[in-house]
Amino acid sequence: MNARALLLLLLLFFPISGHGQGFAGLGASAEGFRDPVPGATLTFPQDHGAHPAFRIEWWYVTANLAGDDGQDYGVQWTLFRTALRPEDGTGWQTPQLWMGNAALTSATAHFVSERLARGGIGQAGVTASPFAAFIDDWSMQGDTLATLTLSASAPDFTYDLSLAADGPLVLQGDQGYSVKSGGGQASYYYSQPFYQVTGTITLPQGPVTVTGRAWLDHEYSSRPLSGGQTGWDWFSLHLDGGEKLMGFRLREGTGGYYSATWIAADGTPTAYPDGALRLTPMARAQVAGRSIPTTWRVELPAHNLDITTSALNSQAWMQTSVPYWEGPITATGSHSGRGYLEMTGYD
Amino acid sequence: MRFWPVLVALMSHWWRRPLQLLTLVLGLALSTALWSGVQAINAEARASYDRAAQTLGQGAQSRIEAADGGLMDQADYIALRRAGWLVSPVLEGQLGRGASAVRLIGIEPLTAPRAGVASVSDSGGNVADFAGFIRAEPETARRLTDASLPPVVFDTGVAPGLAITDIGIAQILLGQAGKVSRLVLAPAQPMGRTPMAQIAPHLVLKPPTSRVDMARLTDSFHLNLTAFGFLAFAVGLFIVHAAIALAFEQRRPVFRTLRALGVPALALMGLLAAELLILALVSGLIGVVIGYGIAAALLPDVAATLRGLYGATVSGTLSLRPSWWAAGVVIAVLGTAAASGLSLWRVWRLPLLAAAQPRAWARASEAGLVVQSGMGLALIALAGLIGAFGQGLIAGFALLAALMLGAVLLLPLVLQGCLALGQRLARGPVAQWFWADTRQQVPGLSLALMALMLALAANIGVGTMVSSFRLTFTGWLDQRLAAELYLTARDQPEADRLAAWLSPRVDAVLPIASIKMPLRGAPGEIYGMVDHATYRDNWPLLKRAADVWDLFAAGQGALINEQLARREGIEIGDSFALTDVWTAKVTGIFSDYGNPLGQAIVPLPQLVQHYPDLPRQRLGVRIAPDRVAALRQDLEAEFGLPPDAMVNQAAIKAFSLSVFERTFTVTAALNVLTLGVAGFAILTSLLTLATMRLPQLAPVWALGLTRSALARLELLRAGLLAAITMVAALPLGLALAWVLLAIVNVEAFGWRLPMHVFPADWLVLGLLALIAATLASVGPVVRLMRVPPADLLRVFASER
Repeated sequence: MNARALLLLLLLFFPISGHGQGFAGLGASAEGFRDPVPGATLTFPQDHGAHPAFRIEWWYVTANLAGDDGQDYGVQWTLFRTALRPEDGTGWQTPQLWMGNAALTSATAHFVSERLARGGIGQAGVTASPFAAFIDDWSMQGDTLATLTLSASAPDFTYDLSLAADGPLVLQGDQGYSVKSGGGQASYYYSQPFYQVTGTITLPQGPVTVTGRAWLDHEYSSRPLSGGQTGWDWFSLHLDGGEKLMGFRLREGTGGYYSATWIAADGTPTAYPDGALRLTPMARAQVAGRSIPTTWRVELPAHNLDITTSALNSQAWMQTSVPYWEGPITATGSHSGRGYLEMTGYD
Repeated sequence: MRFWPVLVALMSHWWRRPLQLLTLVLGLALSTALWSGVQAINAEARASYDRAAQTLGQGAQSRIEAADGGLMDQADYIALRRAGWLVSPVLEGQLGRGASAVRLIGIEPLTAPRAGVASVSDSGGNVADFAGFIRAEPETARRLTDASLPPVVFDTGVAPGLAITDIGIAQILLGQAGKVSRLVLAPAQPMGRTPMAQIAPHLVLKPPTSRVDMARLTDSFHLNLTAFGFLAFAVGLFIVHAAIALAFEQRRPVFRTLRALGVPALALMGLLAAELLILALVSGLIGVVIGYGIAAALLPDVAATLRGLYGATVSGTLSLRPSWWAAGVVIAVLGTAAASGLSLWRVWRLPLLAAAQPRAWARASEAGLVVQSGMGLALIALAGLIGAFGQGLIAGFALLAALMLGAVLLLPLVLQGCLALGQRLARGPVAQWFWADTRQQVPGLSLALMALMLALAANIGVGTMVSSFRLTFTGWLDQRLAAELYLTARDQPEADRLAAWLSPRVDAVLPIASIKMPLRGAPGEIYGMVDHATYRDNWPLLKRAADVWDLFAAGQGALINEQLARREGIEIGDSFALTDVWTAKVTGIFSDYGNPLGQAIVPLPQLVQHYPDLPRQRLGVRIAPDRVAALRQDLEAEFGLPPDAMVNQAAIKAFSLSVFERTFTVTAALNVLTLGVAGFAILTSLLTLATMRLPQLAPVWALGLTRSALARLELLRAGLLAAITMVAALPLGLALAWVLLAIVNVEAFGWRLPMHVFPADWLVLGLLALIAATLASVGPVVRLMRVPPADLLRVFASER
């Protein structure tokens, strides 16, 4: 689950009391909005689009890239939607708010940008077919989800990437119903982790041609966190053998709720309930005045996986409306690979 | 060395002379009050401008506007955002009509540059709340009472007269669905965005300006106020100086005794300085409190003036600023230091063994008089140099300062000259003694009389300027407002119907159109008028081409106002670029008092040709004055025009004159206060002298003049000195008026006014001066009448 900060939107738009609503208000009550239910069937391409009956939703892409300059890079592109009210409106009265986060990370630099927009006026939105997700000039679009162009711009960076999937969509959890707590909080969640990427990133020093892999998540819900959950640590990994791993821990008190999906090289997912995945912080870094674990031991005994992940750039802090850590990582140990790590709620 | 007993010895003086203490404290407090009151008014006004400027799109940021100055489509906003431009939409309009009108600004809180909307960031980050409300400061909120409006939230961060809300709400309230007034640019823009010309060629990018504009427009006004505050402060310092000098003089024996007892000179100085510092701090605080009262009382008038004159909105209520308190106290301390420096210096150099000499300070030497007069002449010469070579408003005020200070320094010489003349003409011993004794008192009184002269000259000068202005302004209004009735239609079709309906019923219908646009880079406006005898006969042209109106009728030429012509150095016959593509020959320059903007008047067909979509909803109507009321009723019945859409000439004149009067309310108030301070200075000086003059009066009394005769002579003396001062102040005042009208006004506002003199006003002022001086001398005179003969006799007993 990627969460994102999105919630930042929530933070912007809902007065947050100190306790009982989870990180960024994601545990706030959601009267009038729809809740995900187990057993529902996701249908595509319709479900690639927006779901205004749910309170929050995001489309989220991370890419691990190698430049022709020999450097490793990471790219993030995220579009969040949040609804102020379940009933709809038109024009400025539409209760939909949109937020885009974009980042470009190298071993030595981390660039972040954010865009905000109101729904209903054509400044931001998502359509299912042909697929287009956009906010201002940032866009992710293509005839289908299998072939996309992805672009974002900021005062200090831009990127323009082509994504082509060489594997199927992956439904997370139970056929796309992803449980987030012992109390039953859940979201609809599917991924496309099989993108091959080519394109150009532009840094203040100039453009760099890049290739690599990308991972897309689309998730929507009305109340994905329980009230006591304070943040999460979320991993997506492209393993060198072609397998993928998605795993997260939603922190609550000293423990938390764990979930993982092992994705075979042909795209067949196996979901693991709470207790199967182990995540252990190994080393911390001082980031933006906080102590944040940027080196992790990740264990999934069911697949004999015992790896250590380290960050390409430990200072990958997203200084956005709701700040969080998000950056490319490298895995070594029983398996090797690359991926992305997102950590929220470290205050 | 224990200083406590020394300090007690020094301070005991004030216990024995509470009136003197009161004089000192009050003098210092008064001058601080006037100074800091004016500063408070200026600070409040500037803070209001800043708040207005920080409101979105008021100039702090670059902005994008439609090239034709009208509204743009929301689609332009979306197109620019989708092309990567970080812009935020603003819709601005008038909510309500007449006195209850509020300027409504609709913003988009998500995209608004953060620094631009203090009120959003201050609202706890809860943008959802922001979207459902109107925000306004409490004073403005009282005008937003319409039940159909969203709830109003008090927000003192919003500039007065302004209400801020979400753009979606603003579009509904202003009836401008899908429209945007302007786009505000975020300071940092993304790399590689598409050029604006490719996305929306009908839009133009404008750099931040209007903040500078408002500051520039109002600068001269605030400089005027500051100059007045400083004048009052200077006059007040005369009082302080007199009081301190008196106290030091009276304590000379104490100082000498203390020094003789072994108190080091440095310690004595330090204690005296500490004593003055304490007095200055206390007086400064009192002064700041009084100043706050003065500012609070005057601010509504200042606010009205600024609104009427410049369209600048200034809060009518005063907020307390810590920096202002501190500045007031500091200026009090600095003023005290300036006023006491000489006295402290004298204590430092006090000869230990010389006899204490009361009155020594009053016997200014001939050499002193020469030096002072020389300085006065030098300053006047300097004023002449500034007048000949200086440029700008600051130079204008420097000229004023040099002129006034120089003239005032010459006053003792003038007084001595007059009195010497009087003495020569005097017959009889009493008369000769009177003149001689008066001359001898001039050094002691000269500071107070100089203060009086400053106050009188300022009164004459400013009074002459205001009266000249009023006379010119009234006559000009009569010319300028030639039409009897001015109508504003609600839309273009109604304007056309109105014109058609009116033309058979009235003498003439004169359509008027205008557009606000920069002229030579500064804010300005272009008016379109039709050719008509009304203008030919009345329009107040200062300079003109011989065939100006014939050219105008032929659709040629442009008239520009005096301030624009002066600022840009434009003469008749010059070519003037109204826009990039529109140049006209200047055929006339008209006076345009009270307008801070540059203005050009062109034939209406020319304006329409360049701006075909310009609304032409205003009409001037010529009709016999006695038919105006009936026509208004007909118009109301026929078209349902609201009363505020029909303004008759008399109402406009009344409004303009009221703005004018309010402008000078503050001036008049400061004038009266300055005069009061000067009167107080005379009182202080006379009190100083009265107690010390017994040794000089005792012999005269002993020779047979009764105490009441002496008292009458004292009164006469005060009146005589005041009268001479008044006469001396007259030319200075007129010079001041001339500088104000011919130099300061031109620099500040861009127009020059003819000078008119009002001798009746001088008479009144002269009487006031006499009354002030006489009143000030009543106390000392009464005391003289009641002085026990024993005291007079004791003078001989203890004669030194």
